[in-house]
Amino acid sequence: MTVVTSAQPIVQGKDLNKSFGRVIGLNNCQFELFPGEVLAVVGDNGAGKSTLIKCISGAHEVDSGRIFVNNQEVSFKSTHDARSHGVETVYQTLAVAPALDISENLYLGREVRKKGILGKVFRSLDKKHMREVSTKSLSDLGVLTVQSITQTVETLSGGQRQAVAVARAGTFGSQVVILDEPTAALGVNESARVLQLIKDLRDRGMSIILISHNMPQVFDVADRIHIQRLGRRAAVVTPQSHTMNDVVAIMTGAMTVPEEEQQLAPVR
Amino acid sequence: MSETARTTAAEEFANSATPMQKVQHALHRYPWLSPLIVLVVLIVIFAILGFGFDVGSLENFAKPATISLMLQQTVIIGTLAVAQTIVILTAGIDLSIGAIMVFGQMVMANLAVSATASNVTFMAGQNPYLAVIIGVAVATLAGGVNGFLIVRFNLPPFIVTLGTLSIFTALTLIIFKARTIQGKEFEGAQDVMGIMGKDFQIGPFGFTIGLVVMLIVYVVMAYVLRGTAWGTHVYAVGDDPTAAELSGINVKRVLFSVYLTAGFIIGIAGWITIGRLGSASPNVAPEINLETITAVVIGGTSLFGGRGRLVGTLIGTFIIIILDFGLSLAGLDQAYRVLAIGVLVISAVAVDQWIRKVKI
Repeated sequence: MTVVTSAQPIVQGKDLNKSFGRVIGLNNCQFELFPGEVLAVVGDNGAGKSTLIKCISGAHEVDSGRIFVNNQEVSFKSTHDARSHGVETVYQTLAVAPALDISENLYLGREVRKKGILGKVFRSLDKKHMREVSTKSLSDLGVLTVQSITQTVETLSGGQRQAVAVARAGTFGSQVVILDEPTAALGVNESARVLQLIKDLRDRGMSIILISHNMPQVFDVADRIHIQRLGRRAAVVTPQSHTMNDVVAIMTGAMTVPEEEQQLAPVR
Repeated sequence: MSETARTTAAEEFANSATPMQKVQHALHRYPWLSPLIVLVVLIVIFAILGFGFDVGSLENFAKPATISLMLQQTVIIGTLAVAQTIVILTAGIDLSIGAIMVFGQMVMANLAVSATASNVTFMAGQNPYLAVIIGVAVATLAGGVNGFLIVRFNLPPFIVTLGTLSIFTALTLIIFKARTIQGKEFEGAQDVMGIMGKDFQIGPFGFTIGLVVMLIVYVVMAYVLRGTAWGTHVYAVGDDPTAAELSGINVKRVLFSVYLTAGFIIGIAGWITIGRLGSASPNVAPEINLETITAVVIGGTSLFGGRGRLVGTLIGTFIIIILDFGLSLAGLDQAYRVLAIGVLVISAVAVDQWIRKVKI
């Protein structure tokens, strides 16, 4: 099936290869994320989904292959490079500093200085501005249940921390947010809230890559499901076209999907 | 419906914090609170014992002359403890602080000493301002050596600074031959070299330039730590280096700059020490490393990095000095002061472990 569509992928990986010594992480892997969709990336342990995501988020460099963001070829040397192209990652470990407060965490690594001589010469931080934007950002996402924006992150619940991490990814004009197992450490209620957060982000036009082991959650929020197997993309399906059992079968190699039955074009 | 009920229940649970939990929250938010309480309690105890009871010569404790002397006594530990604080905030430790301070101080003194004094090195007789600048620069560089070894070779700060403690102590003895330089040997340079010890009166209290400089170091560094991005990064690196790295902070650069800055402050402390003691001796500070760590830890800064305030360190320094004066005025043996410090250090770390478990 030839993909005839006007929509261009916002992130595209072509023939990506990455190995660690003798261990092959990616083997001519293809990848496409379209604007405004939630793409779930699933796969067994060792299928190369972390490697794939790390290459896209700039944590790893690919050995060979090309990565495009907005049709522009990029070569990420660090997560900082990826971020400057609008690709933000929320790590499983959350990457928040527990002893810093919410606003400090949101702005960590991109603090805003005061205007004028105070900022230029004395490098004074504009804490007021940062707190205001943080408050607005958290309330936009509907997660401002915390008492104070100056509360340290370690005093927050797992779900609230996740919200802070997601808010950070969504605050700074990013187009693509990569979420690595965002609900792995959360209870049922908090997981539901984070899933709602993902849908909200999508509705605000963001493109989201969701890495998850949790099939019900994947089927709940994903528009398309990228199934990784043995370092390659085994198939891309949708929650409508295939069942959870099918996806598990594809993951383990018990089932293959001919390309014409896959969902390689955007659904949104 | 049940959702609302549950939230209300949760809120009630959160609001019904026990008194202990409230204390824990307060200490968590203001880590310098517990040292402040200790300091006030100590002052009150010594003052009461001095006025109401006839304990040793404690009646002198609250006199302006004693208070002035106590304040002046804080300058060496107090300034060095600033350097120790920024290092400990990154979850590091600097055992070489005393050695670097002595090295920098001996460089200064040997440059500035009169060329006509006996047994001086080849470099004697320089302009005293130049001597101070070079001395501070050498200390800064020495701090940079620590930072370089820690960052470049991924060595633990404990081991690196244990090594440089020996190295700089040895270098001081090898280059400067264990010679103490007395104040008068500076001759014309004495005004500059000893300026930190110059005193002035405000009312009944006597202060020194060194004390003022120490307080300036505190104010400047407190601003840098809490008011600038670099300061936030120092806290972040100590708190969770992985998170800091993933947030785009160059962790290695921050660590290196911290040790470099510490070296600079240590250099200033070397100058202050010459003024305070009126001489430059290679044997001035054998235990000063541990005293600075003590001041920082008592002051509520966590050895695990990422939390603590400079004001706590200042309070910690005052606690050490006040214990020193109070117990010796009470006529107690020096050993009791050492005992008290030991108890305080362990209690401080225990309190830190407790407040780190805070839940809201």
